[in-house]
Amino acid sequence: MRWTQRGFRVTLPLLALSAAALLSGCGLGKQSTLSPAGPVASAQLGMFWESLAIMTGIFIVVAAVFLYSIIRFRARPGDNELPKQVHGNTTLEIVWTIIPIILLVFLAIPTVHYSFAFQAPATAMKVDVVGHQYWWEFDYPGSKVTTANIVHIPVNTKINFVLTSADVIHSFWVPELGGKTDLIPGRVNHLLLEASKTGTFYGQCAQLCGPGHAYMKFEVVVQTPAAYQAWVSAMQHPTVSVTTSEQKAGMALFKQDCSTCHTVGGTSFNGKVGPNLTELMTRPTIAAGTLTNTPANLAKWLHNPPGVKPGALMPNLNLSQTQIQSLVAFLETLK
Amino acid sequence: MAAIPERLVAVHSESRTYTGIWSWLATVDHKRIGIMYILAGLFFMAFGGAEALIIRLQLWAPNSHVVSAETFNQLFTMHGVTMIFLVAMPILIGFINAIVPLQIGARDVAFPRMNALSLWLFVLGGLFLYSSFLFGSMPDAGWFNNAPLSELAFSKGLGVDFYDIGLQISGFGTLMTGINFLVTILNMRAPGMRLLRMPLFTWSALITMLLILFAFPPITVNLILQMFDRLFGANFFVVGNGGSALLWQNLFWIFGHPEVYIVILPAFGIISEIIPVFAKKVLFGYESMAMALSVIAFLSFMVWTHHMFADGLGPVVNSLFAITSMLIAVPTGIKIFNWLATLWGGKIHFTSAMLYALSFIPLFVIGGVSGIMLAMAPADLQYNDSYFVVAHFHYVLFGGTLMGALAALYYWFPKMWGRMLNEKLGKWNFWLVFIGFNVTFFPMHISGLLGMPRRISTYAPGNGWTIWNQISTIGAFILLAGMLILLYNLIQTFLHPADAPADPWDGRALEWSLTSPAPEYNFAQTPLVRGRDAYWLEKREGDGKLQPAEPAGPIHMPSPSLAPLGIALTIVLAGYGAVLHSTIIGGLFLLLTFVQIGRALLAEDHGFHVTPHVGGEAQ
Ligand code: HEC
Ligand SMILES: [Cu+2]
Ligand SMILES: [Cu+2]
Repeated sequence: MRWTQRGFRVTLPLLALSAAALLSGCGLGKQSTLSPAGPVASAQLGMFWESLAIMTGIFIVVAAVFLYSIIRFRARPGDNELPKQVHGNTTLEIVWTIIPIILLVFLAIPTVHYSFAFQAPATAMKVDVVGHQYWWEFDYPGSKVTTANIVHIPVNTKINFVLTSADVIHSFWVPELGGKTDLIPGRVNHLLLEASKTGTFYGQCAQLCGPGHAYMKFEVVVQTPAAYQAWVSAMQHPTVSVTTSEQKAGMALFKQDCSTCHTVGGTSFNGKVGPNLTELMTRPTIAAGTLTNTPANLAKWLHNPPGVKPGALMPNLNLSQTQIQSLVAFLETLK
Repeated sequence: MAAIPERLVAVHSESRTYTGIWSWLATVDHKRIGIMYILAGLFFMAFGGAEALIIRLQLWAPNSHVVSAETFNQLFTMHGVTMIFLVAMPILIGFINAIVPLQIGARDVAFPRMNALSLWLFVLGGLFLYSSFLFGSMPDAGWFNNAPLSELAFSKGLGVDFYDIGLQISGFGTLMTGINFLVTILNMRAPGMRLLRMPLFTWSALITMLLILFAFPPITVNLILQMFDRLFGANFFVVGNGGSALLWQNLFWIFGHPEVYIVILPAFGIISEIIPVFAKKVLFGYESMAMALSVIAFLSFMVWTHHMFADGLGPVVNSLFAITSMLIAVPTGIKIFNWLATLWGGKIHFTSAMLYALSFIPLFVIGGVSGIMLAMAPADLQYNDSYFVVAHFHYVLFGGTLMGALAALYYWFPKMWGRMLNEKLGKWNFWLVFIGFNVTFFPMHISGLLGMPRRISTYAPGNGWTIWNQISTIGAFILLAGMLILLYNLIQTFLHPADAPADPWDGRALEWSLTSPAPEYNFAQTPLVRGRDAYWLEKREGDGKLQPAEPAGPIHMPSPSLAPLGIALTIVLAGYGAVLHSTIIGGLFLLLTFVQIGRALLAEDHGFHVTPHVGGEAQ
């Protein structure tokens, strides 16, 4: 008996400490449900802690009775007498039926409450999200702004993300802002999120959607209302100033090779297959978080998209190095 | 009254006999069928385990390229399909086959030849699934094969066709097992074996078979509809043409949730057998245990959308299904408390079987409580499709089902193979598996909470996921070491002579009254059952021998037959016809299937008789 008690007194805090050390040492990362940045994620974390507390309580009770039994009631050598046979005990059985029911009520109440509370109100600002294999399209209804893989929202504002899919099922998940909801072809889903501080939050597709599934990330940029408005008007009035001959060559190539799939605001290119490239150079990453957005990486991408990102649906166009250089020169003007 | 003789000596037979390997291929004996189910399950486990290890190696470090993203998707899909359909279910069905007829005092199952057909459909269906490897692509849309990702437009390889048809084939066998054992348990119990006297393992089998009967039709419908989509251009799940993506998920999970109970209830039954034997105490709360099994089964059909909380089905649906899901905790809790109360005041013997059975309790409780957390629909939006869920279901499926199956293996090994597994190796095996399991799967709770989605083929550094993945990978190799010790234990036990006593553990149910292994006809005379724990009762209150319920006489036995294997073989070959879009191959082998079924039905076969010799004297 004694050694187990001592064992537990030493090991349990040690375990807790090392877990805490690991968590703090390596940090919570930038996609953690444990560091909420908005009311939805906070409520979810609250439910997590509440249920974790109740569940840990249950586990400790069970584990204590279990450990006590297997230590106290282990067979001693030479003792062959049968223990007292007990067939049941109605009172006990009623007690351990009722107590769990009571505990469940405590979990059911917030469950039902938040199931309804998380519904987006009609007044919430709408952002349309379309899931594509393997990138995200964001449309701002009313303001005619379209972006890809990065979405700007104003702080402390309820946002109704209106979710649909162009192909298979994807799932929109920004852990620090709240739980996920699937984008299902043929359906329109709604996800209410709200950020209570400015900054960048990271999201990722959470539903298997093919080989590119791990490479389908996005960023949510939360801004003050003024900064957000400034961003919207910049997006509404993009200016493309193509001056050098290399840029001009790039633009011509783009028209020929790329404009069937890509739209660029401020030009006549209006393909709809791939991401909208308006203000491309303001995006921190390309190909849905696969590469940081640098001229070198753009060149790498254009050289062979499916080689950079598994399953990418932008084909390898077998471009020459000079073609790639001029295309990159053109893309660099999109800011 | 004379006691039942130990062994019948003379066997004479009017039907064809098979020897060597053919005697296994043609067998209709439930005990041999059970053995083959388990061996085949262990065989497929090697594949499922290897896939898991490659997955763990790939996830050891960020941005790693051990395998390609395409291969990774095939690996986790096949890992899931294998472990559920080709390992967990067959191994449990194997134990049900080998033990349940013995526990109810029956000579075989109701439909012995159909039983063999079930076995071969599973074995050949499993090999068929794996043969997709030879055709260039294994299934890759996850074990639940969500549409439309699994539709032709997005999954062009033959992998998903193999999934659709392979699971139909093996599911067909499972459905027949369900019917077979329902009839067996309801109709073939020995006199006196009332329902409320049945051992709990038999109870769990009865309820599991009911679940199979109601859960397999919806997935079969799903698979057939998708087969029509993929092979014949139908549009059941093709959204643009009026199909529905949610139809697949609904039908799948109407099957899928009961399925998790199909693989956990028999484990509950196993634990309820083993704990009383090694605690030397009668099971606490027998009636409430049987009742809890039934209530769980009933509720399990009313919770399926908890797998779909992120599908946006609305607050009413989510609330209702959240509450029904939570309710399952109540009967499950009753079971846990009854096991604890059985241990309380007992005299516990720590055999390998008991260690596994005991470990089931805390591990299943961890899986159970995280399940309740997942049932909180609005909070689940954070856990859904993350590693938190992966941790949860491995605690119930590995910590529950597999620990239960390993307990059963050590416990019933002497009854099935006439040999005892080595206990010392058994303990090494147990501790390595127990530690390896927890080291592998506990950290996944944390990586999930840190936002790691499941099924990603790789991840970038900087999210705090790396360390937890590395711990998981180390755990997986500890697990491997544990399973290799099991393999070694099995091999060296098989090399020993079969010398296990009839009743090595001082058992309680009828199977321990028979020799190890049990004779082909099980009971020389059908026993008379005088109460619960029938054999234990005779040992404590009678003379230690069962009373016969019938006079000794010739025993009618079903003839062995190669027809089940032949039928299963042609069904699988017809499956290749379908996958390869060959009407000729498909039609030909379907025709051959029906011809064989017709022949088997029309053939006159009266079986054969075994004549008992009691005390060396022919009767
Ligand atoms: C057949 C359609 C198609 C053509 C033609 C095409 N693209 Fe793409 N492009 C795509 C798709 C689809 C993606 C999204 C890939 C992903 O992230 O999975 C993409 C992504 C991109 C991106 C990254 C955008 C971002 O924000 O992540 C750039 C830059 C790009 N394409 C440039 C080009 C250029 C330049 C050309 C012409 C040489 C071109 N594309 C031709 C379909 C196309
Ligand atoms: Cu995805
Ligand atoms: Cu479920």
